[in-house]
Amino acid sequence: MMAGARNLFVEKLPAWVFLAILLSVWQGVVAQGWVASYLLPSPLQIFDTTVELWPDIAAATLSTAQSIAWGLGFSILVGVTLALLFFAIPIARRAILPFCIFFQTVPIISIAPLLVIWFGFGQPTVKASAFIVSLFPILANTLTGLQETDPHLKELFRLYKPSPWQLIAKLQIPSAIPYMLTGIKISAGLAVIGAIVGEFIAGGGLGSLIDAARTQQRVDLVFSGVLMSSVLALTLVFLIETVSRILLGGRPYLRKS
Amino acid sequence: MHSIEVDQLGKRFPGSARDVLTDLSFALSEGECLSLLGPSGCGKTTLLRLLMGLDVPSAGTIRRAPGLLEAMSYVFQEPRLVPWRTCLENVVLPLELTGKSNATLRERALDLLQQLGLADRLAHFPGELSGGMQMRVALARALITQPKLVLLDEPFAALDERSRFRMQDLLLELKSRLNLQYVFVTHSISEAVYLSDFILLLDNTGRARDWRAIAFSGRDQLLKVTPAFNEVVQTYTRLFLEMEAGNPDLNIGGVRG
Repeated sequence: MMAGARNLFVEKLPAWVFLAILLSVWQGVVAQGWVASYLLPSPLQIFDTTVELWPDIAAATLSTAQSIAWGLGFSILVGVTLALLFFAIPIARRAILPFCIFFQTVPIISIAPLLVIWFGFGQPTVKASAFIVSLFPILANTLTGLQETDPHLKELFRLYKPSPWQLIAKLQIPSAIPYMLTGIKISAGLAVIGAIVGEFIAGGGLGSLIDAARTQQRVDLVFSGVLMSSVLALTLVFLIETVSRILLGGRPYLRKS
Repeated sequence: MHSIEVDQLGKRFPGSARDVLTDLSFALSEGECLSLLGPSGCGKTTLLRLLMGLDVPSAGTIRRAPGLLEAMSYVFQEPRLVPWRTCLENVVLPLELTGKSNATLRERALDLLQQLGLADRLAHFPGELSGGMQMRVALARALITQPKLVLLDEPFAALDERSRFRMQDLLLELKSRLNLQYVFVTHSISEAVYLSDFILLLDNTGRARDWRAIAFSGRDQLLKVTPAFNEVVQTYTRLFLEMEAGNPDLNIGGVRG
């Protein structure tokens, strides 16, 4: 374990060193006055602003996190259910999936005003926005996983004349798990984008914090908001990996190579 | 009473110009074990799949004793274990799928795994086992349903010589103790002679080249160094060479490949 941690440290060391150099150069450039601090605030200035306005930033981050959790959670629920439905009833897939794909191609920014009309200003619209952008990758990946079951294993199962339900529960769903997790991880990143875009238009959270900071020419605060949204995205990916590891209980659900 | 009777069996795959099996007839009585020998691509696996009902003949018939089809099991060329199921869970899979899972049969699974030297590997996943162990798990899975007839497709081909000998003796022991009948596909003349009551030699057009009974008073690995055993092996070596001579397309190296 210790050795593992040390290896990880050695592995990541170049990235940390590079980050340190980058921040130093950035700090130096701004401190020397080569770039105006109202265009590019120094790292220390961003840090100070974040600490100073922490209560507001934390509240905004929390609000955005809630919207992301709702949107992503709901799209996992709906996406997996739809994937199972489409898999079990091919005619439903052929009827509805083309519209899902069409829906996916519409940019979220162009639907967002419509969402405001339907759901009003604030969190409901933001949640809906996060949900819409994160639905498709989960749906598409889970469906692919269900359809791409190892034909050799399918042949093995067929020997025992399983019911369609047994085949889904004992073969196709376990085979789809790695695909589903990939879909969820892609969607996690998209849900953050969906939430921030939703907030630009409907207000609340980091989106409107960044927007307000922009109108006030507070570039340092814009950077704080950007920083917090990437912290959110990273935390989300970490959470997904941890939770899935616990739920899968160490079982090797592997993609066939 | 014949347990399995094959009459003028032929098989040609759709879209293919050549027959994989041609005019094949033989019969096995209850308890009689058969090995299928022949060059690569001569239709051994196809015949096995037809016997199991995994594929349908293009000509001729296969008659099975009443109820035999339900009492047959199949061992694939590779272990074909379900990667996310433990050793024990793989063995009881047929019981789950056929809805016959009960305490007695689960007890039997433990028994089988113990006999096969896997008692301390019950909770391991297939990826954590050696090739020989995986094959033993596959064999236990084929035996858990208490079949009368097991079809085995080159199951020991990938094992080292020592594991191979152990598996061969295990099969002979099951034959005498449980009155288990099997049809065995192999590339090894010596293995075919050692394991079977009859050998069917196919030529590379899927025709029966030779059918003969193999009888020894008793069988253990020492039999393989007796003149009587080696005389039979030599007979088959000669038959193989004769087939080669009639086949300028193939060189000797291709015979067992």
